[in-house]
Amino acid sequence: MPDTFQLEIVTPEKKVVDTAAEDVQIPGKNGYLGILPGHAPLITELAVGEVRFHAGGEQHLLAVAWGFAEVLPDKVTVLAESAESPDEIDVERARKAKQRAEQRLTSGDTNVDVERALNAIHKAETRLDVAEKKS
Amino acid sequence: MANILDIRRRIRSVINTRQITKAMKVVSAAKLRRAQERTLAARPYAQMLTSVLKSLVARTEIYDPETGEPKHPLLAQRPEKTVLLIVVTGDKGLAGAFSANITKAAARFLELKAGKNIDIEAIGRKGRDFLRRRYPAAPVQTRSLGEAEESGEGEPERKERAGTIQITGEHIGILGKLEFSQARALADSVIKRYEREEIDSVYVVFNEFKSVIAQRLVVEQILPIAEIGEQTLRLVEELPEEERKRAKEAAISAGVGLREPRGDAAEAFGTAQVDYIYEQPPAELFRALLPKYVAIQIFRALLESIAAEHAARMTAMDSATNNATDMIDSLTLAMNRARQAKITKEIIEIVSGAAAM
Repeated sequence: MPDTFQLEIVTPEKKVVDTAAEDVQIPGKNGYLGILPGHAPLITELAVGEVRFHAGGEQHLLAVAWGFAEVLPDKVTVLAESAESPDEIDVERARKAKQRAEQRLTSGDTNVDVERALNAIHKAETRLDVAEKKS
Repeated sequence: MANILDIRRRIRSVINTRQITKAMKVVSAAKLRRAQERTLAARPYAQMLTSVLKSLVARTEIYDPETGEPKHPLLAQRPEKTVLLIVVTGDKGLAGAFSANITKAAARFLELKAGKNIDIEAIGRKGRDFLRRRYPAAPVQTRSLGEAEESGEGEPERKERAGTIQITGEHIGILGKLEFSQARALADSVIKRYEREEIDSVYVVFNEFKSVIAQRLVVEQILPIAEIGEQTLRLVEELPEEERKRAKEAAISAGVGLREPRGDAAEAFGTAQVDYIYEQPPAELFRALLPKYVAIQIFRALLESIAAEHAARMTAMDSATNNATDMIDSLTLAMNRARQAKITKEIIEIVSGAAAM
């Protein structure tokens, strides 16, 4: 059994990652999945969260939001709507987005789309988390 | 006879204009190259999404076995009473007939759908200006995609109409730096309206762009989804032969590749001949994927339109540069003639003056 697999992370804007990885952890909708080479074929929807993988002995971290992943024994493909490395994350923007969403929730306005506000908060928090873990 | 000084001034002015058009052409060529790269970068995602959807179609019952009705609202075909048309033009001018061609195609499409209620979402300033002169704005407007931050409000309900044909949204200034989230926001709005049965079908009219020599105006059906992975085209217009020739010449002189840039080989995603473990029930996956499919379709249309706009501007600027060169040549000729005539006249004056003495 080979000890690496091909990992691809793709967004509509670009191919973010295309590398051989030793393992990957992805935020499945029903919880995090840890994947090692030789995993059984699997398809899952992604939630908002972190993708963590080891390539060449180094750990990498990405904040992803909504998407899909396909796992094959020798290949993992992640389709995400956004995938950002810690350096790319605009901390200020994430913080503001979080604030805005919280304001919407507490505003008492019945027009507010609660689900969307919660999603926004979750997304902003994940981005902040990932940005912090950079060091 | 024109004054030599006047002609010289004209020439200088035309030279300046030529410099500007030349610079604009180079800029457009560079932007075109970038836009093409972006379309290419979007392709793997679209391909993978399509192939996973296709494989899910095979594995789930998307049609009710008894009634034959599709289970997903985005697949539902209804009689067309209200049509949504997304018109994608450019924000800026100086691109030849680029935006005019699209608005013309849109007008033809509207004729085709005469008698039905039509909602229009205008993307790009040029098309917006044209449409706004002709059709009233709807009482309820879609939030403009140009506003950077998402608001928390859900999609507004639209009950009253301003007329049979109305403009429900205007999106200006998003084409300069388009992000996927903007395409998704538009898709979300469209999907909500479709599910609420405010609209019965959705079309996009835009300039499709595979490469400089392979582009055409199309009206593509986005909803209901007829067949996944297939384009459903309702109206196709090839660009006129002459225009294509000019575009080709412009591309060659600007050093832009003519062929469609090749990406990686089509990747098979979710299509391997194995039994997958589905973390979620396939039907649920399918439901979650379809809206994304709509979003990527719209995103692709926007990206291609951006590339086409730059290509059109490049072509227009190339012709302008050529015309300026021709003009300089003919003006130079006129100037030389005028100068020669002046000298001749002076000689005659001197000679006849001498003869008179």
